[in-house]
Amino acid sequence: MSRYLYYPGCSMDGSGRAYGESLTAVCEKLGLTLAEIDDWNCCGATEYVGVSLSPAYSLIARNLAIASKAKTDGEPLVAACSACYLNLAKADSYMKERPQLGERVNVALNAGGLHYDPGAVEIRHLLEVIMNDVGLDQVRANVVKPLAGLRVAPYLGCMLPRPDPDHRWKNHERPDDLDRLLEALGADVVDFPLKTECCGGHMTQIAPKVGLELIKRLVDEAEHHLADMMVTVCPMCQINIDAYQGEMNAEFHTKHKMPIVFFTQLMGVAFGLDQKKMGIGRELTDARPALKKIGKELQAVAVEAGAAHRPRPDKRALPMPRMDDEAPAGEARQ
Amino acid sequence: MSGKGHQPIEGGPSVGVPAEGEIRIGVYVCHCGSNIAGVVDVVEVTRWAGEALKDQGVVVARDYRFMCSSPGQDLVTNDIRDLGLNRIVVAACSPHLHENTFRTATARAGLNPYLCELVSIREQDSWVHTDKAAATAKAKAILSGGVERVRRNTPLDAINVDINPATLVVGGGIAGIQAALEIADAGFHVYLVEKDASIGGHMAQFDKTFPTLDCAACILTPRMVSAGTHPNVTLLTWSEVTHVDGYVGNFTATIRKKARYVDESLCTGCGICQEKCPKNVIDEVYEAGLGYRKAIYTPFDQAVPRTPVIDRENCTYFQKGTCKACEKFCETNAIRFDQQDEEITVDVGNIILATGYEIFDARRIAQYGYGRLPNVFTSLEFERLSNSAGPTNGRIVLRDGVTEPKTVGVIHCVGSRDRNFNNYCSSICCMQSLKFAHLVKEHTGATVYNFYIDMRTTAKSYDEFYQRVMEEGTLFVRGKPAEVTEAGRLPGEEGKLIVQVEDTLAGRQRRIPVDMVVLSVGLQPRPDAKELATRFGISCSSDGWAIEKHPKLDPVATMTEGVFIAGCVSGPKDIPTSVAQGAAAAARVLGRIQMKQMNLEPIKASVHSEHCSGCRICNTMCPYNAISFDAAKGVSGINAAMCQGCGTCVAACPAGAIAGTGFSDEQVLAQIEGLLRVGADGAPLKRSAYPGTRQDAIEEVVRT
Repeated sequence: MSRYLYYPGCSMDGSGRAYGESLTAVCEKLGLTLAEIDDWNCCGATEYVGVSLSPAYSLIARNLAIASKAKTDGEPLVAACSACYLNLAKADSYMKERPQLGERVNVALNAGGLHYDPGAVEIRHLLEVIMNDVGLDQVRANVVKPLAGLRVAPYLGCMLPRPDPDHRWKNHERPDDLDRLLEALGADVVDFPLKTECCGGHMTQIAPKVGLELIKRLVDEAEHHLADMMVTVCPMCQINIDAYQGEMNAEFHTKHKMPIVFFTQLMGVAFGLDQKKMGIGRELTDARPALKKIGKELQAVAVEAGAAHRPRPDKRALPMPRMDDEAPAGEARQ
Repeated sequence: MSGKGHQPIEGGPSVGVPAEGEIRIGVYVCHCGSNIAGVVDVVEVTRWAGEALKDQGVVVARDYRFMCSSPGQDLVTNDIRDLGLNRIVVAACSPHLHENTFRTATARAGLNPYLCELVSIREQDSWVHTDKAAATAKAKAILSGGVERVRRNTPLDAINVDINPATLVVGGGIAGIQAALEIADAGFHVYLVEKDASIGGHMAQFDKTFPTLDCAACILTPRMVSAGTHPNVTLLTWSEVTHVDGYVGNFTATIRKKARYVDESLCTGCGICQEKCPKNVIDEVYEAGLGYRKAIYTPFDQAVPRTPVIDRENCTYFQKGTCKACEKFCETNAIRFDQQDEEITVDVGNIILATGYEIFDARRIAQYGYGRLPNVFTSLEFERLSNSAGPTNGRIVLRDGVTEPKTVGVIHCVGSRDRNFNNYCSSICCMQSLKFAHLVKEHTGATVYNFYIDMRTTAKSYDEFYQRVMEEGTLFVRGKPAEVTEAGRLPGEEGKLIVQVEDTLAGRQRRIPVDMVVLSVGLQPRPDAKELATRFGISCSSDGWAIEKHPKLDPVATMTEGVFIAGCVSGPKDIPTSVAQGAAAAARVLGRIQMKQMNLEPIKASVHSEHCSGCRICNTMCPYNAISFDAAKGVSGINAAMCQGCGTCVAACPAGAIAGTGFSDEQVLAQIEGLLRVGADGAPLKRSAYPGTRQDAIEEVVRT
């Protein structure tokens, strides 16, 4: 199945334009047809559910009702923005779980001549669609310009992949989907410990000190791992880290210049598509100098940084536990 | 060993003829205190049975507060004698609980015990309903079914089998060793089968044992040596039971002795081969991946037997065709590169399964970083670290092999009490974590944190140990850590592992930097637990733990006669409990051996060979391997001693050629009719309660 209903969400034409442009091109390349649903509305982002539940879920469910009408052959509804995805998935799941909420929402929808039966639409995130439906083999087959030499910190943010009502993601506590995708593109992937930490969300607006502190933690850690750039799946994460990095530098007297781009932008680059058409350059912290490293040798310091976390070779050193993808038991590592 | 044989016992129980003459039924309805009487109107049920079921042969109906008590049983026995009853129906609890009680009482009064039926109006009625009127009507229906069934019951006689005095013990950990020694000391022969190269099990890997801090090896090795040298124990290490045939008293087990590539009769256990072997291999079993062994090895110095084994996968000679260093240096020429696996069979009367557990795979909880963050260790790794015979000679150090930790965090309940992994409590981890805290303090003086959900220190002297460890200065944080991360950001966090945890007593989030994290991993069933259960004909829970015959009253027996369980095979246990279970299982087996013979339940299936088409569908369905095909006659036959009366084959036979004594089609159909004959209002109906239901329709339901 390669046809999907598509819910872009508000940011795709605005702050997340680079995401919208690049994902459209990349999906075309991968043979995924994204059919945008008609007359969709805002998902309420992270704010509205904090104000009043029934109207917030009615607002979200309106999109689900439209999608269930638009569905011709059981196509899933795909969102690329983490907040949109989470809100759609949550509304569907909570309506199922709490019939009273479902009834209230449908009373509201009825005013607009709409109705939604929870469970009618399958709700999925673009990253998960690429990982599970397209597969890494297909991704690798499209790579013409491997990202070798580029050191990236994969950053999912806090809205993916948990909660996960439909159990689509393999590991919720330490997801490695984005890591594996970026590795398939040929990049040098940092084992980024803060990959599911919060970017501050709307805190940058209502409590800037809190928001800036959260951004600082992320950028500091990416810098500590000598990442050339951060890579995200979420427009809110992108805008917070990109647009507020200056304010953060001023607040903490730091001089960070950590670019952050969308994963689809790097996919486009690796697929040999035009960088500008991938929205590269739209970011406020310029990613282009870092992208020039592609194809060059990884800097020695970066190699060293990767090794620093492993024990020093000492003949008294104890062996590390065997991981599943390693050689079978027994072989000496002395 | 042999001689008893296990020929099928011909014919099985006599099917018998219905008792001649008038059927005189006594009905006894139990209040079970308020358990039944609180919901079901037992007086009304009794009155109704005495009147409405008169035509079915009920001559007396009585109710009593506790029918299972002596006076209650006397009601039954007196009525049999005084009123000449020849059928009994007791409406009370589940047959699992008291069927035997009332059948014994029936037999005491001189009536065949199988003419007594127990129907459940507690588990199937009063405990699951609140509507009193409907529950009372249901009790009448259940009772009516029982009466119809008992009318068709026939006298049955128990089957008698001989008990072979030899016993098979599977698993050479502390529970299995204990069981084997108890039986051997009583003068009977034991085959002790262990899959590893030495007996000793997990206990042999430990350093100290809680709460007394005895050295595990010091208390274990004398037992191992006794098991290895006892004249009544045949020790079969590096061996596995591959197949079991037979039934209680008469099992035949097939055991595969894996090739050691060393002649056990010539090897003196001098150890020169291990010294000279040039190949170092990470020891994933005994050293928990933290130390090395050679390609020819005994797992540890006090191994029983001392005979080493060659690890074929890693032996240079087997892989590359040259080396043979071990052979060159062996003074008794005991190395046998051409040795093959060997199959032996042993005849035994009883089997004790003591196959133990494995530890939870900590890599599954990625946020704790095991396998990724070098200084995160599992509890088993820590046991090896603190063991003076371990890879660091007992120095508690970080993964670099040199640095002593200044701060250590021990995380409880890793993989236990966690709905993502195992719901159950692994029971030993609290005490194990306390022991680690004590050992870290003793060896290094480091600061130790214990991150716990609840402290469970319930056995003898356990809580005293907890208090002692608290007094030693171990810090306790109540909360399950969210993650262990290397991403430090605050002063004092550089180069440390940070345990992020919600301290639920302080009511706040904490980040605690430590040098070393020890994951107190839970216990889980062996990966082949379900296969093992099938092989020995026992059942296990969905988790994979073996199921006891009764969790409280018969914890070392299983539903299969002659197969017992001991130790962690049925769930996590500490050493004292495992040893107690080993001894308990041995006592049960010795009781059987002492009896020399035993009676088996006559509730069995049998094949009417004139109706059997020889399709063999039933052959593979029997969970107890009791059905075999007689090629000469072209029909299947059931070994009555092996049959446990489960009824699977009866339902499966497309020709209806298999009948069960005690659960014949006639009895079951009559019971269903009896049930359906009572309306929802409890009034007896002249016809079926479901208009339009005909006898053949009921039969259709039963058949499909």
